[in-house]
Amino acid sequence: MSKFKKKKGGELPPVNTASLPDIVFMLLFFFMVATVLRKNDLKVLNQLPPADQIEKLDKSRTVFIYIGKPGPNYKGKAREAIVQIGDRIVDVSEVKTAILQEVTKLREELQSSAIVALKIDQDAEAGLVYDVKQELREANLPKIIFITTAGESVE
Amino acid sequence: MAKRSAPEINAGSMADIAFLLLIFFLVTTTIDKDKGLVRQLPPPLDEEIIPPIIKQKNLFVVLVNSNNDLLVEDEPMELKDLRQAAKDFLDNGGIPAGQEGHCNYCQGARSPSSSDNPDKAIISMSSARKTDYTTYIAVQNELGAAYNELRDRESQRLFGWKYTEVKAAIDAGNYEGNEEKAKEKLKQVRALIPFKLSEAEPKSN
Repeated sequence: MSKFKKKKGGELPPVNTASLPDIVFMLLFFFMVATVLRKNDLKVLNQLPPADQIEKLDKSRTVFIYIGKPGPNYKGKAREAIVQIGDRIVDVSEVKTAILQEVTKLREELQSSAIVALKIDQDAEAGLVYDVKQELREANLPKIIFITTAGESVE
Repeated sequence: MAKRSAPEINAGSMADIAFLLLIFFLVTTTIDKDKGLVRQLPPPLDEEIIPPIIKQKNLFVVLVNSNNDLLVEDEPMELKDLRQAAKDFLDNGGIPAGQEGHCNYCQGARSPSSSDNPDKAIISMSSARKTDYTTYIAVQNELGAAYNELRDRESQRLFGWKYTEVKAAIDAGNYEGNEEKAKEKLKQVRALIPFKLSEAEPKSN
């Protein structure tokens, strides 16, 4: 009998899990800090094309324009590519007013150097992009950035 | 009443709660890594300004049709050849030595029928309305790459580092060394190879 008892005593002690909450909390805080809750509810399809000559974007002074075919969240009638600014779908002719309105939501000292980020679906047409760019020119927002994914654009 | 020590709270479920929160934030997190092609739009059109006359040889015309085919300087071209063609054009330096506007750092063919110097050289891109955005971006990317490669070459020659790398480091805020001086040097390189890409109104076919 004593033989068995001896064996039992030699078993590994259970792993101490007291520090598990600490580790989990650490992860939790990381994700809490890194989280950016999505402000805009996308109503258009938005698959970005690849490019490799790309630069990083300064988030704080940016306003976004989304262009693409209507997505599942869209309730209207349009079938062709549409323009979304903020939460709204706007007509091409209204881009200027809508974007200037968006710019006023930025911090005041950054408004004069606002950058317009264009998130355009890869199936959109260049003509519509040109029209939007003309509107931005009119709105005096010359600095634009075409958001792309990283990758080779030449097969 | 006898002094009683408060019973200890069971903290065993703390990990579960933390896990719940953790999973919530894991799911909602979108770590934004937006990057893209930066472009400067021209100022609004002013009717009174007469556009300057540009010599045909200083203009590099890139046309994209609605089938996403390229026509560069009246010749059909594959997208993969565009970068080199644009570089050759920008780097040509057609004005001979001793004359005003001579480009002493150009390494191109110095053909009198191509661009005078990088400052004069203008790339003009125009697409059809039906051109795919993917192709549009690919062409913009290749033309941007031509400028970036030439800038890299010049900064390598003058300062021993690459323009794009130092610019990326400054933008990311992790440049080691004197940032102001580096910015000044970037400006010098930009003056040597200025970015002159114009866009014409798309054609309807």
